[in-house]
Amino acid sequence: MAKSPSLFGATFRRDLLLAFRHKGEMINPLVFFLIAISLIPLGIGPEKALLMRIAPGILWVMALLATLLSLDNLFRSDFDDGTLEQLLISPHPLYLSVLAKVLAYWLATGLPLTLLSPVLGGMLSLPSGAFIALCSSLLIGSAAMSLIGAVGAALTVGLRKGGLLISLIVMPLYVPILIFGASAVTEAARGNPFDVQLAVLGAILAIALLLAPLATAGALRVSVNG
Amino acid sequence: MTSAPVLLELHNLACERDERILFSQLNTRFYAGQAVQVLGPNGSGKTTLLRILAGVSREYQGEILFKGELINKVNWEFASELLYLGHLPGVKKSLTPLENLRWYAALQGAVSDAQLLAALEQVNLAGYEDTPCFQLSAGQLRRVALARLEFSKASIWILDEPFTALDKAGIAKLENRLIAHASAGGLVLVTSHQDIRFPQLQTLDLQDFAENSTVGENAHG
Repeated sequence: MAKSPSLFGATFRRDLLLAFRHKGEMINPLVFFLIAISLIPLGIGPEKALLMRIAPGILWVMALLATLLSLDNLFRSDFDDGTLEQLLISPHPLYLSVLAKVLAYWLATGLPLTLLSPVLGGMLSLPSGAFIALCSSLLIGSAAMSLIGAVGAALTVGLRKGGLLISLIVMPLYVPILIFGASAVTEAARGNPFDVQLAVLGAILAIALLLAPLATAGALRVSVNG
Repeated sequence: MTSAPVLLELHNLACERDERILFSQLNTRFYAGQAVQVLGPNGSGKTTLLRILAGVSREYQGEILFKGELINKVNWEFASELLYLGHLPGVKKSLTPLENLRWYAALQGAVSDAQLLAALEQVNLAGYEDTPCFQLSAGQLRRVALARLEFSKASIWILDEPFTALDKAGIAKLENRLIAHASAGGLVLVTSHQDIRFPQLQTLDLQDFAENSTVGENAHG
């Protein structure tokens, strides 16, 4: 066993490769994020003070919706082509395989979203002092959202039209992440410290890292069984 | 034959789907060196049985023993000895055959690229290793999946309709592969609607274990 290449690494590499082969699916949430944010100033007018006040909330809500948009694809193609059942019956722990898939998914969606966010923050005249808060909260928050979203995606992968159901399952769990994430950016924009909010986000990520892959693994077994 | 070690043993295996018993009181033993074709008309539970034996589905009553121990107790050992090929080929269409096989190689441990290329050559896919799988025909996709047999270290092969979409030469080749695996001390469980016949092939007819009645209130708990 010691010499064998790990399934974690192989799955991670394969999913990243797949993400780059399907660039359209990868870019979709980013385009949504970009369009939605750039429409806001057009819709409510270019008044700087108002934009500055709503920017943290808008940025976070749109990032959350963009994440939701791409969740359905996480296990769908594996389910359709039969590689998911191969993953389930492999002797390797499913926890790690799920983690590898979510990590690759996050690198393909959550990370670009985070990197794009300061540009869009500038568009909403978010003070540059808040950019660090925006990026760090989105970095942690999007990772937690990917992990939690995987549970929803796993539960609905056996259904033909799972898209709406995922949102219903996952949305309540996203609410605390949204509240603390947006609050971190708001406080930073006012020049206040935001480490408490980041600490809470970090705690949510730690719990999600521990529990979400387990729940996802269980949900996948149920979905493939049916 | 009876001196060969028992690999799989089924005790009173039963499965019910949508209030209908597919099979029940299924008691049998599978020995190393056997090739068994599971028979039965459409909907008789062939695929369900293979999915249960492969561990994909856990909706069954009864016991499955692997080398004398319950499979849920020796999950790791059992899973490492198992190769399951469902009727979904398990091939990613946007990857090339070689990339697909690399992932399967990681499932079972160290396999070099040279071995994977040799496996592709064995199933007549030499020259296609860098072609994305969506450009391949259905039969070629099936061959990509079947290339896994060439480098597999598993002793139990569970193959659901492996002959689908294969041409005559491919079928003959696969038959020979199955015979070779059985005579090397492996176990082959296979379903097929094609006429496959080779002398060593044994059969298990699911109709012998079928219930024609629907589930009553308290029948067959």
